[in-house]
Amino acid sequence: MTVPTIDQNVASVVQAAIEKHGRDRDAMIPVLSEINRVFGYVPREAIREVRKQLHDPARQVHIAESQLYTLTSFYDMLSTKPRGRHVIKFCENAPCHVVGGKAIWDGLREKLGLENGETTPDNKWTLVTTSCLGLCSVGPVVLIDDDMYGNVTPEQISEILERYE
Amino acid sequence: MAFYRSHVLVCVDPECLAKGAHEIVDALQDEFVAQGLIDEIQVLETSRIGGCSDGPEMMVYPEGVHYHGMTADDIPFLVEEHFLKGRIVERFREVVKPVVDEELGPLRPKEVRIVLRNCGEIDPNNIEDYLATDGYQALGKALFEMTPDTVIDEVINSGLRGRGGAGFPAGKKWMITRQVDDSPKYMVCNADEGDPGAFMNRRVLEGDPHSVIEGMIIGAYAVGASYGYIYCRAEYPVAVETLNIAIKQAREFGFLGNNILGTDFNFDLEVRVGAGAFVCGEETALMASIMGKRGEPSPRPPFPSVKGVWGKPTNNNNVETYSNVPQIILKGAPWYASMGTERSKGTKTFAIGGNVVKPGLIEVPMGITLREIIFEVAGGIKDGKKYKAVQTGGPMGGCLTEKHLDLPLDYEALTQAGSMMGSGGLVVMDENSCMVDIARFFMDFTQAESCGKCTPCRVGTRRILELLQKICDGKGQDGDIEKLENLCYEVARNSLCGLGQGAPNPVLSTLKHFRHEYEAHIYEKRCPAKVCRPLIRYEIQAPTCTGCMVCARNCPVEAISGERRQAHHIDAETCIRCGICMQVCNFNAIAVES
Repeated sequence: MTVPTIDQNVASVVQAAIEKHGRDRDAMIPVLSEINRVFGYVPREAIREVRKQLHDPARQVHIAESQLYTLTSFYDMLSTKPRGRHVIKFCENAPCHVVGGKAIWDGLREKLGLENGETTPDNKWTLVTTSCLGLCSVGPVVLIDDDMYGNVTPEQISEILERYE
Repeated sequence: MAFYRSHVLVCVDPECLAKGAHEIVDALQDEFVAQGLIDEIQVLETSRIGGCSDGPEMMVYPEGVHYHGMTADDIPFLVEEHFLKGRIVERFREVVKPVVDEELGPLRPKEVRIVLRNCGEIDPNNIEDYLATDGYQALGKALFEMTPDTVIDEVINSGLRGRGGAGFPAGKKWMITRQVDDSPKYMVCNADEGDPGAFMNRRVLEGDPHSVIEGMIIGAYAVGASYGYIYCRAEYPVAVETLNIAIKQAREFGFLGNNILGTDFNFDLEVRVGAGAFVCGEETALMASIMGKRGEPSPRPPFPSVKGVWGKPTNNNNVETYSNVPQIILKGAPWYASMGTERSKGTKTFAIGGNVVKPGLIEVPMGITLREIIFEVAGGIKDGKKYKAVQTGGPMGGCLTEKHLDLPLDYEALTQAGSMMGSGGLVVMDENSCMVDIARFFMDFTQAESCGKCTPCRVGTRRILELLQKICDGKGQDGDIEKLENLCYEVARNSLCGLGQGAPNPVLSTLKHFRHEYEAHIYEKRCPAKVCRPLIRYEIQAPTCTGCMVCARNCPVEAISGERRQAHHIDAETCIRCGICMQVCNFNAIAVES
């Protein structure tokens, strides 16, 4: 089991994100989202790197590390902490709740031994709740990485989890 | 061009994707290759076919056979039967609905579709489909036959009001933005549909993106804007992709960019994707997020129409509002204004859910009653249970009861009754719902989504939640209801934005209409709907119990005792009220008491 580490390419990931989305202040949410996608979270090293790469005395635009960190901590989809290789997002909202969502949530917690926001010791799974995904007519809904699962029953949990390495 | 004898259309709506539509597509491709049919049969991906709740689903043409509910493992069998042997597989065939259900067909009774008219009918990724259904004709009419002022007059006369929930007249907002002497001006489309259970805008963005884009271009012409943003939540990746394709195609056809349709009018727009923050649906927070800041609201005035994105005049409407505009321009204000009540015109989309027979997406004319929506459009209450309440307006709305069923759908009427139109979530509850628990549930949501900038909302919602939790736990005390009322009043009055101002609504409306349930929790330590765990107990009915021991074997805490073939007993002290015994009992011998 390899633990994901921040390899040497932080600089190149940051550079690619900036090239794709731009150097302006309003490009920072897309830039951080891109970094989050690559590493599963936004490492402090990456925040420092963004600040460094954007530093340009000629343009008189200065984006502080604190400004980048405050964005990361504000938005739910950006994480300041490392996450597992697979992130399970469980929809905890009313429409999923009334069609048996709680049994799924309890099943996931029990199966993985995790509470909301926690990561397994082997770094395989992170379990979080998510805002409404708008898939209410097939609730309960679970999102694993980018895969959506609808009408999930407690019996299916093990089978779904087994699909992931 | 290749000729295929048969086409298989697989629905790739998010709902069908969630049930393995991509695996079906892959399995079909593999099987057609294996059977040597790949040159004869084409597999295509399409948007909604019509029965996603039974998905995955697919249509086979030219036969027009509708299959659903299959898994990838069923595909080899299905391919062999249908495509090699020519036999329809009845097992997966969409059954012809019996007469009772026929009324709930694609267009339900009393439904009028303007915003949803193209959804599922056209290919959202092909602008030519939209053009074939009068698409961009309204833009042509506006640019060549109307002035910005007459466009605004038309929208004002149509009576169209903001569909995001607040209901500000759309035409009036356009006029205010137009009259501000500053440039450039911006158009913003609020596609940050965050209310739990509301997915109307997602369907429009995924099924008919050009109607929203055309509405924005017409609006830009009217207010004099040169650039626009569609702020879409990141939870809707398919909508973001569809919008980007649509914008690119609109540019290629000359509907966006410089010199639109050969005139001197320039307008372009882009999609901005959120990063997960409910409060960004509030317009000032949304604009902060567009500008790359934390999505925190700021006080109004100044209103966005005067000082919005980049400090410039910004017109902000939501998806549904914009998507009404092309039809209004094309068919005229009198046509639109012919639907609805005196002050609320046109139609409204709703995502109706909860304990109804036929949940889903609906579009109904204003003025229709809640009774008609719940009992005719949505088919009534599930399992023959009794209607108790309907929550309108999302987490900032309120609960309406039996006596409100004949209220007409109208912004003012709903507000007067203690709820609001909101963006369009309708959660219907039957007699088994505890209203204190519902209030706690919504408060749990708003408390978590409070951005924390202003104290009344940040601290107030938490204190309200704690009080509600206490009552649900059976620890409520005399005076708690008054404390709740006070807190709600202060939070509503002093919060900075709509989130905090609306947060107490679910509590206040349930207190108003179901005060006796709060009192039962506090004074009698009883949950009348038998929902709140600390206040209920499971009991075995001795005459019905056969002593089969299934409950005792399944009880996780060994709270059930009794001899085989003799009535069992649940020890209330040990019982954790998980309800497993009730689920596993084959004789309905276990009852919940409170």
